[in-house]
Amino acid sequence: MLSIKNLHASIDGKEILKGVNLEVKAGEIHAIMGPNGSGKSTLSAVLAGREDYEVTEGSVTFNEKDLLELLPEDRAREGVFLAFQYPVEIPGVSNVNFLKIALNEIRAYKGLEPMEAKDFLVRLKEKQKLVELDGKLASRSVNEGFSGGEKKRNEIFQMAMLEPKLSILDETDSGLDIDALRIVAGGVNKLKSKDNAIIVITHYQRLLDYIVPDVVHILYNGKIVKSGPKELALELEEKGYDFIKEQVGA
Amino acid sequence: MSNEVLEEQINSDYKYGFVTDIEADNAPKGLNEDIIRFISKKKNEPNWMLEYRLKAFRYWLTLDEPHWAHVSYPQPNFQDIIYYSAPKPKVQLNSLDEVDPELLKTFEKLGISIEEQKRLSGVESRIAVDIVMDSISVKTTFKETLLEKGIIFCSFGEAVQEHPELIKKYMSSVVPYTDNFYAALNSAVFTDGSFCYIPKGVRCPMELSTYFRINSSGTGQFERTLIIADEGSYVSYLEGCTAPMRDENQLHAAVVEIVTHKNAEVKYSTVQNWYPGDKNGKGGIFNFVTKRGICLEDNSKISWTQVETGSAVTWKYPSVILKGDNSVGEFYSVAVTNNYQQADTGTKMMHLGKNTRSTIISKGISAGFSNNSYRGLVRISKGATNARNFSQCDSLLMGDKCGAHTFPYIEIKDKTAVVEHEATTSKIGEDQLFYCKSRGIDNEKAIGLIVNGYCKEVLNKLPMEFAVEAQKLLAVSLEGSVG
Repeated sequence: MLSIKNLHASIDGKEILKGVNLEVKAGEIHAIMGPNGSGKSTLSAVLAGREDYEVTEGSVTFNEKDLLELLPEDRAREGVFLAFQYPVEIPGVSNVNFLKIALNEIRAYKGLEPMEAKDFLVRLKEKQKLVELDGKLASRSVNEGFSGGEKKRNEIFQMAMLEPKLSILDETDSGLDIDALRIVAGGVNKLKSKDNAIIVITHYQRLLDYIVPDVVHILYNGKIVKSGPKELALELEEKGYDFIKEQVGA
Repeated sequence: MSNEVLEEQINSDYKYGFVTDIEADNAPKGLNEDIIRFISKKKNEPNWMLEYRLKAFRYWLTLDEPHWAHVSYPQPNFQDIIYYSAPKPKVQLNSLDEVDPELLKTFEKLGISIEEQKRLSGVESRIAVDIVMDSISVKTTFKETLLEKGIIFCSFGEAVQEHPELIKKYMSSVVPYTDNFYAALNSAVFTDGSFCYIPKGVRCPMELSTYFRINSSGTGQFERTLIIADEGSYVSYLEGCTAPMRDENQLHAAVVEIVTHKNAEVKYSTVQNWYPGDKNGKGGIFNFVTKRGICLEDNSKISWTQVETGSAVTWKYPSVILKGDNSVGEFYSVAVTNNYQQADTGTKMMHLGKNTRSTIISKGISAGFSNNSYRGLVRISKGATNARNFSQCDSLLMGDKCGAHTFPYIEIKDKTAVVEHEATTSKIGEDQLFYCKSRGIDNEKAIGLIVNGYCKEVLNKLPMEFAVEAQKLLAVSLEGSVG
């Protein structure tokens, strides 16, 4: 589904990603871990198409398409979803309206008619339940006045509504208390299928107790320096990032 | 947002820029007492009206054009303007069939389908329209239906002929000709406009609307609107305006007066879309307007809602004098400037009566090289006990070459007053745009969404039909303003 080859990216002339390689197949969950400043958020931003970053080398193929050639909105329409680390507030725009527009834009891209109001409402109710989102939040302005936990939950709610093929969760666990974490992770697990893939970016092993990855990658200094089964996360938790530093001789 | 993309994309469409090929009956260019006599004669006015005009003109001659607003423009040459222009043939029209077909086409392009309104007449339609093209009111719909309720809705010229007692009593009572330079000019040369009287206890069953259109080249438009709401009555009034695209600057200097009696309410909504000039700032309308209402008696209410997207230069402060006790004044405004547009707009809330309340919500949006200023005065006079005001002035900047300014003036002479003022300035966030895009929403739609969200509090105050139009207009006005 997703194939990243030798990806280099920089911001303001400073190179952050220094040759990332990653293969993700449908049905898989990949976890990307790494210390602060290792390039985790840059990777998610580059995949989603944030214009501040310049890709200097390498390629990203998503379902046979050159992802880097696509506009951010077209990436979303192709099925890439980024759950933001810091979800953005849009005052005066209701969550429901926002999702309706997004959903219909994605449908229009695929040559489909706008969704019937009735069907939309059914989906809304169903997905709301999935992430245990208060009905009131759905009708409020996008993320405005939401608590940190509500914002994160709203991201997963959006993911549920838009049914992407590839979801990138950028530190979705940060700022969540244990109950919220369980709810968010539960939602993600329910959304997992053999047709979609999920990349979970996190600092901590904690989230991976709930969302069990097929592969764990360690990103360090702009490169994936180690990949392994889910036990790698435990090892990392135990030994800290220093052990990686030693291993790669940094 | 790189500036290159920004510049490349600043290119908004003005879809009302057509000219209707209708022969017009014009006065010669220039301004002197003879021209005023000419206008008055053309309109077959009584002598008292001519006298009023001449008094205003003589006063105007003693004034200098004001320059305190935060706008700059070449001073109009008042001798180079045609002060009277009427679409020909001007005959007494009894039905729409007699209206010049070219004119009907114009209305269709403006989105006013009178045909449809006629078809739907009676229960279905909610809007009665008066249309003012250049200097003359060309058609008022639903007049008879309204008259059954005792509501007078007609052109100003007609009101002078048929309801002189009302005109004499109320005209100039809120905006005297001595008020300011452009009010004096308007009082001297105004040609037409709308008049509306709602009798005691009547709720006007439909929206009343005036559509202003400048068509002829070289003309100025000086219309007057007078709305009187008698005891316990209610009316919702809409005003729309457009003009052709021309390289020259055309002057629009209107006066609007509203009077509410005891327990009466007037809701006045404007979607102002005069031609703003091209993307280099050439041409466009100078919109210098005096709008004021007075809550003359107790428990009355005047509410102004405006969506300002047009004009090269705007200078406009719809105000309320809160004279009656417990009266309420409201001002909800969205002002958008793009390219080289300049707007200096706001309101004045003058609290005289006890327990008077006013609310000001102003949303400025600047893009391109434009300048957008909010200027507002809240005055609480001595004896206006327990007066309250809440003001909120927000500015939204798009790009880094535009300006947003806020000039709030607060004068409080009574200790019991409670006045609150909030102001924010924000930039349309790249973060917000990217967030929308990452959900599959493209740039233009995202801007429309964010801006409409930002203006929601004001747009919500507009009547339904108008709100939809205003939302579209906002999107069009800002098309391509963010790269």
